[in-house]
Amino acid sequence: MFGISKINDIMLLVAFAAIILAGPIILEPIGASYPDLLQKFAIFGIFAIGFNILFGLTGYLSFGHAAFLGVGSYAAVWSFKLLSMNAIPAIAIAVVLSGLFALAIGYVSLRRAGIYFSILTLAFAQMSYNLAYSVLTPITNGETGLRVLRTDPRYLDVMFGADVGAAQPTTNFFGIEMTGWPGFYFCGIVLIAAFAFSIVIFRSPFGMTLRAIKSNQNRMGYTGFNSRPYLMSAFIISGMYAGLAGSLLAVTDPLAGAERMQWTASGEVVLMTILGGAGTLLGPVLGAGIIKYFENIFSAFNESVLNSLFEFMPEDVRHVVVEVAGLFVGDGWHLTLGVLFMIVVIFLPGGLMEGAMRVLRIKHSPKVTNIGKSPQRDIVGEGAIEENLDDRVRTAPARSKPTG
Amino acid sequence: MSEFPHKPTRRTVLKTGVAGVAAGAATVAAPMFFMRNAWAQEFCNMPTGGSVTLGFNVPQTGAYADEGADELRAYQLAVKHLNGEGDGGMINTMKPTMLKGNGVLGKKVEFVTGDTQTKSDAARASAKRMIEKDGAIMITGGSSSGVAIAVQSLCQDTGVIFMAGLTHSNDTTGKDKRRYGFRHFFNAYMSGLALGPVLESAMGKDRRAYHLTADYTWGWTQEESIKNTTEGLGWETVEAVRTPLGAGDFSQYLTPVLNSGADVLILNHYGKDMVNSLTQAVQFGMRDKQVNGKQFEVVVPLYSRLMAQGAGENIKGILGTTNWHWSLQDDGSKAFVKSFGQEYGFPPSQAAQTCYTQTLLYANACETAGTFAPPAVIGALEGFEFDGMGNGQTLYRAADHQCFKKVLVVAGNENPTSQFDLLQVVEEVPREQVTYNPSIFGGELGSADAKAC
Repeated sequence: MFGISKINDIMLLVAFAAIILAGPIILEPIGASYPDLLQKFAIFGIFAIGFNILFGLTGYLSFGHAAFLGVGSYAAVWSFKLLSMNAIPAIAIAVVLSGLFALAIGYVSLRRAGIYFSILTLAFAQMSYNLAYSVLTPITNGETGLRVLRTDPRYLDVMFGADVGAAQPTTNFFGIEMTGWPGFYFCGIVLIAAFAFSIVIFRSPFGMTLRAIKSNQNRMGYTGFNSRPYLMSAFIISGMYAGLAGSLLAVTDPLAGAERMQWTASGEVVLMTILGGAGTLLGPVLGAGIIKYFENIFSAFNESVLNSLFEFMPEDVRHVVVEVAGLFVGDGWHLTLGVLFMIVVIFLPGGLMEGAMRVLRIKHSPKVTNIGKSPQRDIVGEGAIEENLDDRVRTAPARSKPTG
Repeated sequence: MSEFPHKPTRRTVLKTGVAGVAAGAATVAAPMFFMRNAWAQEFCNMPTGGSVTLGFNVPQTGAYADEGADELRAYQLAVKHLNGEGDGGMINTMKPTMLKGNGVLGKKVEFVTGDTQTKSDAARASAKRMIEKDGAIMITGGSSSGVAIAVQSLCQDTGVIFMAGLTHSNDTTGKDKRRYGFRHFFNAYMSGLALGPVLESAMGKDRRAYHLTADYTWGWTQEESIKNTTEGLGWETVEAVRTPLGAGDFSQYLTPVLNSGADVLILNHYGKDMVNSLTQAVQFGMRDKQVNGKQFEVVVPLYSRLMAQGAGENIKGILGTTNWHWSLQDDGSKAFVKSFGQEYGFPPSQAAQTCYTQTLLYANACETAGTFAPPAVIGALEGFEFDGMGNGQTLYRAADHQCFKKVLVVAGNENPTSQFDLLQVVEEVPREQVTYNPSIFGGELGSADAKAC
């Protein structure tokens, strides 16, 4: 099985890496080629990939993933404050801590499935948010956000004799400052690694088990298969991905605020995954990019930008067009996103990846009837697994019923 | 499993190979493209063409969206006046001024806008976009102190000047002050200094105060400042309770107030929070109560007209402070109210006035310095003494980049003549009375050195 898809997967990974690293050139025409936005693309791509390992494979919809993002950020900033301005300890600590946090939340939440699981995770995330916002203010600095100060101890840096002097210290990766373009390439390489790891999970027997949980957990139980440890692992891995994304947010901009943990942030990653295509490899990254693009570029369009955009039109027509278009940009960017999301959910329940596959006419594209039932297939690579799966399932008399 | 249904054909291999080579070549070529701004630039976003770009970063969505919308109107008006369009507004009344109404240093002023969403993360992302993509030479805005402090420290790191909009926390020019950040708006400490004598004459020396405080940097510093003032008068502080931002329902916090033996309620709330808590306090009948043989009073230390509009009838007679009010009769205020009114059809808020003034002050500092280079502009702003901007004689203090000017003590108007005539100026507290020693808050400004970005 692995031999079959390996070349396809390597091709997919190489193409993915090339596109990410060439991002600054590819995205130049749509005005997205500046370091901060590309960093956000990469970071939220990681976040969505991690979320997809849980939601896309097992079908368990967590509505509280932002909590892990927040834990990762706070852990990273504390590492900058107490240990070193180097990115590596910050990332390591953040990933471990968010993994432990996911273990605690998962232990309770995974006792339930479906909507009850979603509500439990939402409740935990909202609890974490309120704790960070107004209860644990000595640790989180509340609404103001946790920041790195010049006077922080930084024991590791002091031990190795690094002297920041009078300047405000900046985060670095062994001397390379983690702002601007170097920051993007750092996040981009982490994203590629995260993507590679998600391919491995998708192709592994472990990934196959997770898919089985999605297709029929009861049947697995009847055959004597204990699915809880698999779910737990998926939940923790996905929480660690979120923690990694959170720590990268702190690495590129050493400030952690409680709003990162708010339920809207949890909802955002769900949107990213569904918009791009849950259960696909590339979909979540695509969804993350689109949502961040809307948030940063569309929200900045104002009347003068629109006027210059529609300059070719006659005066009166332009006035009307600008008026109408003005509703969808600037502070109305949520409206545009909402419309796009509705269109995708109604016409392409499998997300934009389903659209892409239809356009490219990849054979046997299964018709997706609802969001939960994702195509489980990518442009390249995944066809192989699906074929094998079909062969095996064909021998069984009845296909699985939807479990809801 | 030994079949190869998806064996790569010669054709797919070829196709992938070509694509891979192309992408690889692009990657190798990449650094040469985006390092183009790395040289020939003495400081971040040095304007090279015939125009200069300012970044207006205001909340367009969320709890402070009303304030943000008014700030944006003021910024657009300021840009018009700087470019010599319209009637010139406060450019004509500002003294001393180098502004000629032909842009700044001969360059036409352009602007970009962004939405802070009243969140530090979003505000910093938006400011970074302005700096990295749009080439903004100066960032201004903010309607929450948390956001202002977050953006100010970002601007210090990138070497772009930040002219704070509406932010009232002591920390902005106190422990979190920065060399690249400037604030025209007054702060909580000055509110306390201005409010003290007025409270003493209105309510006496023997009072018991109960604080409800918005739980973030601004609320904390305001509570502390007002407490210092009232305790200095001899008042007793019964309790100070922190309420979450945007709580909506304050009844659980208001119920214990009447049983606590307090006879003054101090609401350290802003925006919708203040509207809700005040309205509920009035509904509880607090203002009709007699406690300890005295009339029960409510104080709102930071007022704004937009809040007064929201609270309606309930604000009548309630004391507070404000940075500026459109009913002031000096030349600067009249000129600004006139041109703002002509443009938009209603009088400006205090947020609009501070943002408009900040934009003009920045432009004037560039003209004075003769360059956009931040170290020179900072030098021109530090210790700058001016008049005719609506607040009387004003000083930009070099030690902490805080403006010192008179503070208005206002009360809710008992007989409003229009929907905008909601606040009545009780006293204009002179600048000397609200000036304090900059060392009380600590903090350090940091370096003014220019940075390439």
